[in-house]
Amino acid sequence: MSADAVTPVAEAAAEAAKPGMPQLDFATFPNQIFWLVVTLVVLYFIVSRIALPRIGSVIEDRHNAIANDVDQAAEFKRKAEEAEAAYNTALAEARAEAQRIAGEAKDLIKKDIEAAIAKADAEIAAKAAESEGRIKVIQDNALKSVEEVANIAAVDVVAAIMPSASDEKALKAAIAARLKG
Amino acid sequence: MADHTEAVAEAVAGEASKGFAIHPMEQFEIHPLFGGDALNWYTPTNVTLWMGLVIVSVVLLMVIGARGRAMVPSRSQSMAEMTYGFIHKMIVDVTGKEGLKYFPYIMTVFLFILFANLLGLIPYSYTVTSQIAVTGVLALAVFLAVTAIGFIKNGPSFIKLFWVSSAPAALRPVLFLIELISYFVRPVSHSIRLGGNMMAGHAVVKVFAGFAGALGLGAVFPILAIVGVYGLELLVAVIQAYVFTILTVVYLNDALHPSH
Repeated sequence: MSADAVTPVAEAAAEAAKPGMPQLDFATFPNQIFWLVVTLVVLYFIVSRIALPRIGSVIEDRHNAIANDVDQAAEFKRKAEEAEAAYNTALAEARAEAQRIAGEAKDLIKKDIEAAIAKADAEIAAKAAESEGRIKVIQDNALKSVEEVANIAAVDVVAAIMPSASDEKALKAAIAARLKG
Repeated sequence: MADHTEAVAEAVAGEASKGFAIHPMEQFEIHPLFGGDALNWYTPTNVTLWMGLVIVSVVLLMVIGARGRAMVPSRSQSMAEMTYGFIHKMIVDVTGKEGLKYFPYIMTVFLFILFANLLGLIPYSYTVTSQIAVTGVLALAVFLAVTAIGFIKNGPSFIKLFWVSSAPAALRPVLFLIELISYFVRPVSHSIRLGGNMMAGHAVVKVFAGFAGALGLGAVFPILAIVGVYGLELLVAVIQAYVFTILTVVYLNDALHPSH
């Protein structure tokens, strides 16, 4: 009973003796500072010797790898662009070649056609000239026949109507003049 | 015998009725790991244990986690690389490339505070960054290093940091004094910001836990509050590590480029 009664009192006394904040108990300071310094030194060595170089090198490696990959991608892109340009020039060349060949063929055909047309024209002209000649002959013959028929008919008519006046030469001259006139 | 049980029951009832016999600061006490009361400067304590666990955590994340060295990182390697990239970018953004010389130390400080804060959130754990002795040494180390770097890099012209050349000439001496004082207050604010945040959060959780113990069925509310505060503390743990680190980098930038 008495022991129980004493303990709280003793505790309270002990409590009163202590400073309110353990933080301000300067007796503990050397101990805390000592262990803090030890901890900081150990941590500093771990961080500066092991952790940071390791993580730093990993990050740098990754940066380099990414930079390399980007460079490589740019290189591939450049190559692709080159290939595209080459393809385009080849295409343009082929097109020009095709156009040239087509032009040549066209010229050749044109020449042939022109030659054929000229030949045909010449033939037509020749035939036309020949026909004209023939028509002229026929016309001349026809005219001559008309004159003859007119002569004969006129002589006969004159002889029948007025036999004394039949002068063949004068008649012919008259008829010719009439036909011309 | 009957008396004894009665007394115990009374004591328990007294404790419950008092309700506020909570010791929110008890969790910050330092005690030797292997018994005994003697606390020499070399005695292994709970501080030692949890600082050791911080080292283990850092090794797990930054060494074991990143050991795959894979081109396409695993999850743990990715986390290690993100931590690396986070601090690396912070230094380059604030100080430029010159600051990268101090990358290992800044990384050490960040990882130490981050894991100390996070491990402190494990129930029954001990938060080394809630101790002003610890944050004070961290901040003082930054302060001394930055001041030394400032004078080594810039010589006496480091004083220009306090000489506000864009202010009217008459005001400059006054501003010089103010700037000088604020410079020397830096380690104080730097350390108390971290230590205070950690201590306050843990104390609040402990107080709510005390309420939960006293309230019986009504304990649901303090427990819900603990859940909320715990989530907040998770945020604070990471943010305070970030804040401490970025302030370190900003101070370092002052030393590297005093007359900006």
